[in-house]
Amino acid sequence: MTPAAEPPPILLEAAAVERIYRIGRDVEVHALRGVTFSVDHGDYVAIVGSSGSGKSTLLNLLGALDRPTSGHVRYDGRDVRELTDTELAELRNTRIGFVFQSFHLLPRMTALDNVALPLVYREGSPRERRRRATAALRSVGLEDRMGHRPTELSGGQQQRVAIARALVTEPALILADEPTGNLDTTTGEDIMALLESIQAERGTALVVITHEPEIAQRATRTIELRDGSIVGEAT
Amino acid sequence: MNLREAFRVAGQALVANRLRSALTTLGVLIGVMSVVLLVAIGQGARQEITGAIEGLGSNLLFVLPGDGDFGAGPSRSRFTLDDIEAVERELRGPGRQVAASTVGGEPIQAEGVRLNATVLAVSAGYPEVLDREIARGLAFSESDVTTSRRVAVLGASTAEDLFDTQDPVGRTVTISGVQFRVVGVLSRIGGGGTPFGPDQDRTVLIPASTGQRLFGTDRVDSIFVRATSTATIEQERSTVERVLAQRIGEDEFSVISQDEIIGVVGDILQILTIVLGAIAGISLLVGGVGVSNIMLVSVSERTREIGLRKALGARTRDITLQFLLEAMALTVLGGVVGLALGIGGAQLVAALAPVPAAVTWWSIALALGVSVGVGLVFGVLPARRAGRLDPVEALRHD
Ligand SMILES: Nc1ncnc2c1ncn2[C@@H]1O[C@H](COP(=O)(O)OP(=O)(O)O)[C@@H](O)[C@H]1O
Ligand SMILES: [Mg+2]
Repeated sequence: MTPAAEPPPILLEAAAVERIYRIGRDVEVHALRGVTFSVDHGDYVAIVGSSGSGKSTLLNLLGALDRPTSGHVRYDGRDVRELTDTELAELRNTRIGFVFQSFHLLPRMTALDNVALPLVYREGSPRERRRRATAALRSVGLEDRMGHRPTELSGGQQQRVAIARALVTEPALILADEPTGNLDTTTGEDIMALLESIQAERGTALVVITHEPEIAQRATRTIELRDGSIVGEAT
Repeated sequence: MNLREAFRVAGQALVANRLRSALTTLGVLIGVMSVVLLVAIGQGARQEITGAIEGLGSNLLFVLPGDGDFGAGPSRSRFTLDDIEAVERELRGPGRQVAASTVGGEPIQAEGVRLNATVLAVSAGYPEVLDREIARGLAFSESDVTTSRRVAVLGASTAEDLFDTQDPVGRTVTISGVQFRVVGVLSRIGGGGTPFGPDQDRTVLIPASTGQRLFGTDRVDSIFVRATSTATIEQERSTVERVLAQRIGEDEFSVISQDEIIGVVGDILQILTIVLGAIAGISLLVGGVGVSNIMLVSVSERTREIGLRKALGARTRDITLQFLLEAMALTVLGGVVGLALGIGGAQLVAALAPVPAAVTWWSIALALGVSVGVGLVFGVLPARRAGRLDPVEALRHD
């Protein structure tokens, strides 16, 4: 990256991305059939589509958790396919924050330790980790729940902890796969409001998979998938 | 992830599954404990037995029946008292140099007490050649032997058991229904019995000729020759061999020096120790398999955690290291506690049993090294499996 103050506008691009899952010897599932689009810095993209249309598959590829069968996913111009596993891990650690439908908090750890978890995989003292995790928890309004374990928190609170965990590394992009899917409507709205405020205030790009039309409405762009292809793109 | 962090995570995981960790550790613990303990007992026995042989005094030659091929089983002795005299004449050394003994296990009784002791029918030189001191009374004389007198010298334990605190000298003991007059008591040498000989304190010495009559034989089981000095031992050995070869044939006996016996016995016991250690090592191996097994369970239980950690930036080697440390924590913990118990057990054995137990440094190093190694070897498979998990698959796991 150049040290210029203005970041290059394109954060990540997917070009003709295909993902084929092999089940057994000769059954193939074409989860993505040539998807092309890009995410700019500070962007807010909603991905919609029916169940099984390939949304999660796409998000995993954008999150560098997976490599496309063909086509390219480029981060800051670097092709994910050409990166080693270690480089991918580093990319995920430094550039990307994940928010999952089922929270994925580690049950044995306190909220604070859960939030600090991504920092364990980079340089820095425990004290520094603690400081940053505390700040992240504060920014999601859970500074008084630091010592709680996930089971001692409500669903909405757990998802806030997960968002704090995604934030703590100050990523360029937050990827959220149906983040409100396990929550009731009001809590879901609070969570979306939190994610949107992070996007608006910090300039973190946000890609959300959602079923809610209102959310899709508020996004800068909406991408609709059907059977692994983009069938609509609205701005 | 740095090591400190990895240790913390491993520790947390082990504490979270306390019972399971403890049971897995127990397997390794038992393995290490048995290695240390059994090797200690083996070594203790070795030191004890070689020590007992050394205790017979130096420069000793043993003449045994047979051609020395131990594998062929016990050989019938062809030595007679005349052979011993002939050897002694030929050696012409200072004083008594040659002794003989014939072993019998006859019940012996006195004062209404009856016990089993090893009856040794010996030539007059026996106490001197074998370095046995007389505590009370006298040893018997040449004439006691030549005239087959019924006199006996008691081992310390035999004397105590038969006569308690009373002085046995001048009293009568009955061996196989024949009465003997006690003329002396040997000093105690202690140490108990060994697999290579009877308890030296629980013996009764009677004159060789008297004993032969009692046992109904004209043979002598073994001959002992004390060499004049270390320098002359080989020369005296060939003299003994020459004389005996002439008299009974060279395939009928073999001459072994004390050093050779210590060497052979020491080697045998060393091998025994190693075999014991190896058998105990198998239990350590089984403990290792237990570790492997439980780590595989742990990896599969924590698949989602692994997926999450990878999503958050954990590299393959971070995950591998985490699980490897967990496995090693289990085995090292088992190793250290097992070692402590092994050493404690060895001391207990030494205190309670006649066999001393000698904990050796190499068995400690081996046990600890092996337990670390077991952790590595048996931890690597599960740890690598964990490290290689595909993050997407792992996150979907339920
Ligand atoms: N790991 C996998 N192995 C095999 N097939 C998969 C795998 N993941 C997803 N699929 C298939 O790919 C298609 C798209 O799945 P997914 O991306 O999860 O859809 P969505 O998130 O839109 O519901 C589905 O048909 C699904 O069954
Ligand atoms: Mg999905």
